[in-house]
Amino acid sequence: MLKRVHFPSSPLPYLLVAPQIIITLVFFMWPASQALYQSLLVEDAFGLSTEFVWFENFTYLASDSHYLDAFWRTAIFSFLVAFMSMSVALILAGFADRVIKGATVYRTLLIWPYAVAPVLAGALWVFMFNPTLGIFPYLLDMIGVNWNHYLNGTQAMGLVIAAAAWKQVAYNFLFYLAAMQSIPRGVIEAAAIDGAGPVKRFTTIIIPLVSPTTFFLLVINLVYAFFETFGIIHVVTQGGPAASTTILVYKVFNDGFVGLDLGGSAAQSVVLMVIVIVMTMVQFKYVEKKVEY
Amino acid sequence: MIENRPILTVFTHIIMILGVALIALPIWITFVAASHDEIRMLQAPIPMLPGSHFVENFKQALFGAGLSGDQTPVWRMLLNSLAMALMISFGKISISLISAFAIVYFKFPFRMGFFWMIFITLMLPVEVRILPTFEVVANLGMLNSYWGLSIPLIASATATFMFRQVFLTIPDEMLESARIDGAGPMRFFWDILLPLSRTNIAALFVILFIFGWNQYLWPLLITTDTDMTTIVMSIKQMLESAEQSPQWNIIMMTALLAMLPPILVVVGMQKLFVQGLTETDK
Repeated sequence: MLKRVHFPSSPLPYLLVAPQIIITLVFFMWPASQALYQSLLVEDAFGLSTEFVWFENFTYLASDSHYLDAFWRTAIFSFLVAFMSMSVALILAGFADRVIKGATVYRTLLIWPYAVAPVLAGALWVFMFNPTLGIFPYLLDMIGVNWNHYLNGTQAMGLVIAAAAWKQVAYNFLFYLAAMQSIPRGVIEAAAIDGAGPVKRFTTIIIPLVSPTTFFLLVINLVYAFFETFGIIHVVTQGGPAASTTILVYKVFNDGFVGLDLGGSAAQSVVLMVIVIVMTMVQFKYVEKKVEY
Repeated sequence: MIENRPILTVFTHIIMILGVALIALPIWITFVAASHDEIRMLQAPIPMLPGSHFVENFKQALFGAGLSGDQTPVWRMLLNSLAMALMISFGKISISLISAFAIVYFKFPFRMGFFWMIFITLMLPVEVRILPTFEVVANLGMLNSYWGLSIPLIASATATFMFRQVFLTIPDEMLESARIDGAGPMRFFWDILLPLSRTNIAALFVILFIFGWNQYLWPLLITTDTDMTTIVMSIKQMLESAEQSPQWNIIMMTALLAMLPPILVVVGMQKLFVQGLTETDK
């Protein structure tokens, strides 16, 4: 942690950490503690008086069917986003690992969606699926499917998941490809000599050997789906129709800034903070001791 | 390759091309939409091949009044985004560099306390504390300013960790010999540490530039003045106005302009990008 050879104590190190610490205190610690404090308050409808209510906001959340629905919806949404983007990335990386000529070209063409902002990804998908103009509703109409994500909650959810997963494929692909390229060639060759074909080698050797990466990516993707998809939801569905795509992050924003329910929104923030802290801890645990087989 | 199977190789390329097509489809449609005139973009099905109005739309989106009811020209929004992205990345890199330097190279009271304080910021993404952070920024009078857009986002645990890791790998002899030659702490920082971590700084810059450019929720909350609108934010307003005046060619051209700078950074600095990505997330 500390260098064996180091400088003695002086005012200088305090000056050096000061900018980071001040920003942390003002924009992280203080707001987080305010969120904690507000989550214990109830404000009346006119904002005239506030009352200290201990954990009433939390017990209310636990019994609020809208919130519990949003909770399960977030879980399903996150797992589907993670599953779809990771499986597409795994398959593409598996094939890319075999490519000798043009490997960098494929990589370049596959990684750029990482740079697209979530809200832009949402805008592109909402345009492709625009019920009157979009290309996909037109094609779906030919096979008798009537697409309108403004009215149909399941279709809206599907669209949001597709946009979120599309953006994340690039990231997962890079990590899977790096993991596969670090597998010693000897292992693969030995399996080939024993008569295992490409498919057999992929399912019984490559997939188990990249499982540490799978675990790492799972955590990263869940965090992504939980928090960074706000832009996609906001631009594609605004949580609708009838709250069918309202995930937790969107609900915090909606209840706080649109509904102005400060206590309730703060209590939701606290729940989200707990979720992030648990996920970060799981991630760090992984970094410390890698999953090995 | 382990075995020679020409059919499998062809199949591999087919799958890769299909994958690339699947990933590139949304941007292709955007590009096509940005290259047609307004009338053509109102007829279903929309075209799949580029039209001839690309340059015209480009000029109208960039310098024209944009869409009706939206006075801020796109070039202004691009500048706002650029200012925000650069301030966030330079801010994050500089404050993380000096705090990592202090934590690794100095022995002083509360050193570990500071370290843990920085660590905790990692666990508090802006989405979970939006309301109280918004209040702080409003009370400090930083709404509608570049400072408000960037400063609350520049504390960074990941960057501090990364630089700490980099500094720990630098041999102790460097400092010993620098001291023998009479260098003080800041001289050592400027002349030895900074040059040694140059590639790490560049790699981190690529990641942070994209992070900064793509901010959405934060600018949405703290900018009410249309002069401060960032390009990424503007897409939402454009899609809303599309209900009344669906100028899809201009909307898609603006979307294209909004995603172009970060895409150019990723593709142009691919090696640094991959390095930055794997370093910051581990």
